[in-house]
Amino acid sequence: MELLAEDSDFIIVKTDNPEETEEVGKFLGMHLGPGDIVSLIGELGSGKTCFTRGIACGLGIEESLPIVSPTFTLINEYPGKTPLFHFDLYRLDDSERVFDLGYREYFHGKGVAVIEWGEKVAHLLPDEYCLVLFFSEFDERREIKIKGQGKRFIDIIKSLSKFLKD
Amino acid sequence: MLVLGIESSCDETAAAVVKDGRTILSDVVASQDEVHKNYGGVVPELASRHHIENITPVISAALEQAKTSLADLDGIAVTQGPGLVGSLLVGLSVAKAMAYVLGLPLVGVNHVEGHIAGAFLENDDLRCPFIALVVSGGHTSIYEVRGQGENVLLGQTRDDAAGEAFDKVAKFLKLGYPGGIIIDRLSRNANRKAFAFPRPWITSGSLDFSFSGLKTAVITFIKKMNHEPTAQEINDIAASFQEAVVDVLVGKAFLAAEQKGLNKIVVCGGVASNQRLRERLHEEAKKRGAAVFIPSPHLCTDNAAMIAAAGTYYLERGVRAPLNLNAYSRLPIV
Repeated sequence: MELLAEDSDFIIVKTDNPEETEEVGKFLGMHLGPGDIVSLIGELGSGKTCFTRGIACGLGIEESLPIVSPTFTLINEYPGKTPLFHFDLYRLDDSERVFDLGYREYFHGKGVAVIEWGEKVAHLLPDEYCLVLFFSEFDERREIKIKGQGKRFIDIIKSLSKFLKD
Repeated sequence: MLVLGIESSCDETAAAVVKDGRTILSDVVASQDEVHKNYGGVVPELASRHHIENITPVISAALEQAKTSLADLDGIAVTQGPGLVGSLLVGLSVAKAMAYVLGLPLVGVNHVEGHIAGAFLENDDLRCPFIALVVSGGHTSIYEVRGQGENVLLGQTRDDAAGEAFDKVAKFLKLGYPGGIIIDRLSRNANRKAFAFPRPWITSGSLDFSFSGLKTAVITFIKKMNHEPTAQEINDIAASFQEAVVDVLVGKAFLAAEQKGLNKIVVCGGVASNQRLRERLHEEAKKRGAAVFIPSPHLCTDNAAMIAAAGTYYLERGVRAPLNLNAYSRLPIV
């Protein structure tokens, strides 16, 4: 993987394969704690679930349950010291319906909420969260932009940047 | 033994009465497809709300059709996961309330285990052990069924379920919903060798699945075409993709049978209705002198008869769920 670009509130990382994408997720996961929200945006097959698997690993979620796509169940919950709430809004076409998800309990709960297709709830996110954008072309390579919203996440971006340079 | 089964893990509210885990006396399903179609998918809170509206009428209908009264029941079996937690809780709460008031034994059932038990409802001569492949929009796993209720997980998907890959490829090809059925249909007039998509075997001997990479390969292929695919190209992509999925499902099901020295395979879940999969399973079984059991389409989709059937074995063995039984979105079979 390679750090392509950085600024005060974002970094762009290039990964060569799904394993590296997972690795980047793991770095982020290691910095996350209760109540944190990560919004993932990228088209089908761009690496969102793969990245989430990395976050789970970084959080220390035990591996007895594989981190699989939550498309069918909408929310998968993984217990742990810091639990993971893995959302997938792919099947929700009407963004207003997200109000019905009971999202408040999850977003401000004792775990980390990772939201695939997070653009559908952009208007519901608090001031502080982490935005991750996935760009893909015609092969396994991905460009991943990780952007911090609010002080806590800008600090995390700084740590990630340092981590990747070392 | 008369058992009332209750299922509300996703879109369907269902109740059924099953005798001795083998005979269906009634099997009622209220689908929410129409409700959710307007929203382009399942909406959890709406699902819960409709489950609440449907559950009592569905249970009454199941009892009535079975010509059974509450007093005749010997136990209640209810799905406790995996599924949408809000939906599961509706069935679970009703089941607990009924068990408490009627003084009946209660047992929680794993939805996937229910699918496997469903095979017993149509095949009186089905005996353990056998291999079970459960393949649907939400699940893709292989079990060794050593005895009734004794299911050993041999492999499962590490990312997307097979049915989910079908739906997502269909969506990318703008084919509409439900994707699996449309791809199945288009593939019949197409060349399934037109395009060589990867077969995700993982490592040789592994019984785990991974369909996310195949899905991405198909999407990348379409993007690379640099033009809107023609109708024939769409059919060929659909058929070539389907063939890759079917190759892996059939290959791993028989690999599991070989590894465990078994010659019976049960295939269940929504994707078990796929024509090409059925055709290939039967071909392969004939070649190998093995037997394949596929429940009829109704029992492949979600229903409560299978939950009652699975629950019966536990109830017969004296297993009892406490009244604080909870719902889980992800629930491994243990």
